[in-house]
Amino acid sequence: MNFNLAPNTNKSTTLTMKKSKPERSTWSEFFVESSIRVVGFSTIGFVALIFLFLLREGLPIFYEISPANVFGTRWYPTFDIFGSLPLILGSAYVTVASILIALPLGVCTAVFVREVAPQWTREILKPLIEVLAGIPSVVLGFFGMHVIAPLVRINLDAPTGLTAFTGALLLAYMSLPTIISVAEDALDSVPKSYRDAALAMGATKWQTIWRIVVPAARSGIATAVMLGMGRAIGETMAVMMVTGNAARMPLSVNSLFMPVRTMTATIAAEMGEVANGSVHYHALFGIGIMLFILTFCINLVAAKAIFKKRYRGGLR
Amino acid sequence: MDSERLQCGNGELMKKNFYFVLWCALALLLTVGCQGGRDKTEIVGGEAVSRGTIENKGSDTLVNLALAWAELYMKINAEVRISVTGGGSGTGIAAMINGTVSIANASREMKREEIAEARANGIDPVEFVVARDAIAVVVNPSNPIENLTLQQISDIYTGKITNWSQLGGENRPIVLLSRESNSGTYVYFLENVIRLGNSKSKLLFSPDTLLMPSSEGISSEIRQNPNAIGYDGLGYVTPDQKVIAVSKSDNSPFVLPSPQTVNDGTYPVARPLYMYTAGQPKGQIKNYIDWILKDGQNLVSKLGFVPLQ
Repeated sequence: MNFNLAPNTNKSTTLTMKKSKPERSTWSEFFVESSIRVVGFSTIGFVALIFLFLLREGLPIFYEISPANVFGTRWYPTFDIFGSLPLILGSAYVTVASILIALPLGVCTAVFVREVAPQWTREILKPLIEVLAGIPSVVLGFFGMHVIAPLVRINLDAPTGLTAFTGALLLAYMSLPTIISVAEDALDSVPKSYRDAALAMGATKWQTIWRIVVPAARSGIATAVMLGMGRAIGETMAVMMVTGNAARMPLSVNSLFMPVRTMTATIAAEMGEVANGSVHYHALFGIGIMLFILTFCINLVAAKAIFKKRYRGGLR
Repeated sequence: MDSERLQCGNGELMKKNFYFVLWCALALLLTVGCQGGRDKTEIVGGEAVSRGTIENKGSDTLVNLALAWAELYMKINAEVRISVTGGGSGTGIAAMINGTVSIANASREMKREEIAEARANGIDPVEFVVARDAIAVVVNPSNPIENLTLQQISDIYTGKITNWSQLGGENRPIVLLSRESNSGTYVYFLENVIRLGNSKSKLLFSPDTLLMPSSEGISSEIRQNPNAIGYDGLGYVTPDQKVIAVSKSDNSPFVLPSPQTVNDGTYPVARPLYMYTAGQPKGQIKNYIDWILKDGQNLVSKLGFVPLQ
């Protein structure tokens, strides 16, 4: 969860400087230092505990029923059929589609806000983008169910508006604020000398943006995408309300315009009624483990991109 | 949280981290708190039974009706306290077997294993049919289809029939809507409509079936999508949905669900709703059940269920 973005690189040095100020008494210094340490380490502890809990509740599924069942293609939990493939593919489908929609929109908005827009527009746009992030997902889900789903059905001539595409649209909208903010920070960290050099060599503003600034910020933009993906794959409520929740295998080309069932929606919809300790209960936690590992990998890739950038001075 | 983090400027790492941990700690406390709370209410519930409050728990289908009964009964008899909770038929029956509630609401009969478990606990459950519920099959009002046989509905939901034109309707794909698989209505529909009551049948809902998390999900999709077909308890059907007349077989008449057709047994997709007590009811519990079976029946149709005749 705790990623540092490039502009914050010199933070650690400022901290050490503060600490060594002579007027602070040793006792309070020791107290502050150790409490920060405890707090910092407890974060790691919490994550580890949560993962242990997940493992304890979810691992039994992998030996309670056959692997062919766990990774089968049919999900009928009431009849002990726990094929998780349609759920994994459903989540993947919706997430990838949402990123494909959000990436161009987000990067273009970031470029506009950082490079093109005049100061006053920027000052209005930036807080507005932050407000986007604050809309509760259940409100978006309600909006999606009543407004977007009928539009999708009528305009795309699909049998129903509750499709993977509708979910992807909502998720794209939800991950936009993350993508825009992170991409904008990345653009911000490109030194002014790059722009000056390009302009001095006779490049137009457009050429400077697309050939110099955006490529220089590409690892930051990749991070933005990964963080947006992390947001999208974990989203539950809105997705549950608009994707139709049919556990079918999304294999054909038109699956994007058919209903899907995601891992998060499955857990949310079924956890409430399931008997504690039953096979179904373990199966839901098993899905939780898969989800945890997936988001962990995505965040790891994002973190790696950030570290790489930091070592190279925040540019490439 | 993402946006919060992004907004932070330089030199706020400490603060940021601190907030994050604070949130984590808060979340952890809440989880622990909730669990503690849950245990406590159950204990209080156990004590409450001995103090004379009637604890009533179970089916979510029945919960609104049970609440309405409890409220009216408490108005008439100020000295009686009744508390009603949902949670599903299985939860209610389990609580009755464990002795934490005095009345369990159920939208299905008790299973043989549950009765055996209750007997092993020294409890002899007594069954009361308190109301009936019709399951209505609904489509969009613009759909010209009026009647379907049970066999046709079964074929639709197993994916054998995929276009309305196969049933004499418009050339449109059929979109199947169902409640989530944890709903008692889902199980009832599967056993009595899709499998046509045949306990050996292995038929299942088609994987293309959309599982809606709420009754509102079903009604909103039925309202705006002319391709859709759905089912739900008659009490949850709003006037802007078209109810289909159903027949048992090819040569029996098509019947619309209503209190009359459910009570005379001509509407085929109806089920009784039950209350179970631990042993023959005595005292206040007996008075309450007697009241439900007589005067309480006036409330039943107001909530969309079918009163006993």
